[in-house]
Amino acid sequence: MKQLDLKAEGLRKINSTLQNAVPDSDGKEWAVTNPMGQHAIACGLNTELSVTIEGNAGFYCAGMNQKADVTIKGHAGVGVAENMMSGMVRVTGNASQSAGATGHGGLLVIEGDASSRCGISMKGIDIVVGGSVGHMSGFMAQVGHMVICGDAGEALGDSIYEAILYVAGDVESLGADCIEKEMTEEHQKTLTELLARAGMDQDVKRFRRYGSARKLYNFNVDHAGEY
Amino acid sequence: MCGIVGLYLKNEALYPQLGALFKPMLIEMTSRGPDSAGVAIYRNPVAEGQIKFSLAHDSSEHDWNALADSLAQALSCSTTITHRDTHAILVTDGEEKAVQNWLAQNATDVRVVGRGNSVEIFKETGLPEDVYARFDLENAQGRHMIGHTRMATESAVTTAGSHPFATGADLCLVHNGSLSNHNRLREELKRKGVSFSTENDSEVAAAYLTWKLQQGVSLKDALEQALDDLDGFYTFCIGTSNGFAVLRDPIACKHAVLAETDDWVAMATEYRAIATLPGAEKARIWEPRPATVYAWGAETLEGLSVNDAEHMTAGAA
Repeated sequence: MKQLDLKAEGLRKINSTLQNAVPDSDGKEWAVTNPMGQHAIACGLNTELSVTIEGNAGFYCAGMNQKADVTIKGHAGVGVAENMMSGMVRVTGNASQSAGATGHGGLLVIEGDASSRCGISMKGIDIVVGGSVGHMSGFMAQVGHMVICGDAGEALGDSIYEAILYVAGDVESLGADCIEKEMTEEHQKTLTELLARAGMDQDVKRFRRYGSARKLYNFNVDHAGEY
Repeated sequence: MCGIVGLYLKNEALYPQLGALFKPMLIEMTSRGPDSAGVAIYRNPVAEGQIKFSLAHDSSEHDWNALADSLAQALSCSTTITHRDTHAILVTDGEEKAVQNWLAQNATDVRVVGRGNSVEIFKETGLPEDVYARFDLENAQGRHMIGHTRMATESAVTTAGSHPFATGADLCLVHNGSLSNHNRLREELKRKGVSFSTENDSEVAAAYLTWKLQQGVSLKDALEQALDDLDGFYTFCIGTSNGFAVLRDPIACKHAVLAETDDWVAMATEYRAIATLPGAEKARIWEPRPATVYAWGAETLEGLSVNDAEHMTAGAA
């Protein structure tokens, strides 16, 4: 495994090294030591590297990730894996606000809790949270899945489009146009696969499914006279 | 922007290092607030019957000894004064109200920036690193400290507009955010007899808490009522004689992170301000919930939940 000391080399240097690394010739396994809560660590990776951040990361860690597998051993600050396209990002601790925001693809796993606005405007990413999520999670979530093994805070899935939310614990309140939906065998299968990919040992039967009532984002011709 | 930081030492062995441990925390927040900086440090509690005032003047050459002598003569009280750049710490056995009145009448160019049993407040315009050095804070010893780095948005870059703002005996406030109803609230508080020295929105939050506490409201209730009465974005860190409290607005608009080990509890706008503390990598780190009062060292904060299990989120050890 190749080591990059962020404190010694600086953020731009280590990000540039990771962004330009060719897995077959430069090595696939990388570790970033002394992250010291700095922002934008391991952003914009686009090859199949496996990167471990050996400590707590600041804002926007592993943002825009494509193909790479990034593990943060500790806490992740605001906007971890924001706009992720593919690959996998794992946080072993808790995550701050807006985890996985606007993500288009890939898998984000948060082993602890995620704070508010987790999965805001998600566009195809899958998110699995081992603990609970804060308020306004799944706000305007468009495509993808969010699995919450703990509880969800206020206004879950507010103004949601077609993302699918699975929650094992309590939901403090549902946001506008978010409703509970039937958990079919097909959904149980999807959920089982997501939990397996995330490495979470959970009983699928504990989960409820939530999604869009489709009354808010669909234009209803009967209301045309109101405009 | 703005950055706020707080450090509470649980391990007494670290007390001599308080100022040294706090220094990189404040300096790391320079990029969030390069305009001015300030700290409140709780140390050297005065004897019974005495009170400590933190005083500030525009000039670092002010003749504080003359002021202390005149005060002692006028009120027949003892005074000791310690000069630190533009500030001075006055300890006296004079009656609190009488001292404040005397200062207001006889030292009109002096500002009282803090008072209490142990609190000392230092704040100035300039880079946090320079401000920290001016007040010789690196060698400071004590149990806890809160600090602020300011990027001015709502009012001018002045020492008076710098944080922390005193809100009562041994109480002070640092604020990250902006209040949108501060003008109206200031007018309401003025009608109730509260005086203001700046156009600053955070001073209004401090004055609001001061006024509530004067009405006999507990700090916990005052903070909970603030959730209804203050409109805008805020993360507050409130220094108290025994620790500090943290409160975020109901939508948690402004960043905040808490970290705890067996040796210390820290809060900061961003984790990078905490990263230099010993054992930070093994700390339990989480984001405080909105509209929830968190407090440490709250033995005097009646009704405040301390390390309340339900406020502590699961997850990382």
